[in-house]
Amino acid sequence: MLLTMLIRFLVGGIVVCAFAMTGEVVEPKSLAGVFGAAPSVAIATLSLTIWKEGRLYASQESRSMVAGGLAFLIYAWCCMAILPKTNWKTRTMSAAMLIVWGITALGCWFFLLR
Amino acid sequence: MFMRFQIGALSKVKWNEVAVRFLFGGAITVATGLIAQRYGPTVGGLFLAFPAIFPASVTLLAKKQREKKAKHGMEGDLRGRHAAALEARGTVMGCVGLVCFALMLWKTLPRWNAAGGLLLATCVWLAFSTLLWALLRRWRHSGHHAGRLVEPKTHA
Repeated sequence: MLLTMLIRFLVGGIVVCAFAMTGEVVEPKSLAGVFGAAPSVAIATLSLTIWKEGRLYASQESRSMVAGGLAFLIYAWCCMAILPKTNWKTRTMSAAMLIVWGITALGCWFFLLR
Repeated sequence: MFMRFQIGALSKVKWNEVAVRFLFGGAITVATGLIAQRYGPTVGGLFLAFPAIFPASVTLLAKKQREKKAKHGMEGDLRGRHAAALEARGTVMGCVGLVCFALMLWKTLPRWNAAGGLLLATCVWLAFSTLLWALLRRWRHSGHHAGRLVEPKTHA
């Protein structure tokens, strides 16, 4: 259990850093933003899930990820629209807006996936 | 060419920023695994698209822009927020690709080889995201849309 968690942590960290570094070297900056939604956590998690639980289980997770992705899209859209129009700090704003992701993801789960 | 790679930009990356991303990435991967274990794949799958890195990325970007302005004795809060909003615009397009990535895996994983499916889905994410970005960029530059967000001239 602890070893699995350690492997998950290392693989997740490495994949996320790899995508983040790619985002750092890409220009123009607006294209670098694309890498903010890189499937890094998904690649790390799904490869380990396929290894441990099999492809069908991973496919079920991917189905839910569609809803999570839509929630992320709405969250990023809200950040894009609201950030230039408010005096809030970027950190506070982007963290507070995570509630949008939570409500959308849970709504999709409740109405469509449950 | 619409896309460039500035390998030199890596020298400007601070190790503490890499460490923050490594810790966030590792933590959310562990958390997703634990949530899936506790509540099943349907709930766990939602967190595969949790915006774990985005808040840290835009915060670091806004801070860099603010510091850049501060060096010239200017107040850079607004500039920082605009740069973060610009990053978010790219992320919106990345999210469209992310949804396509998930759809692709949902449909192909039960039938296809897992490694091939993951590789193809990653290519689909990159292709959809960059294509959408390029189309929107062309549309904005053609004068059909007066975009309010101004792209910084240099890499942050």
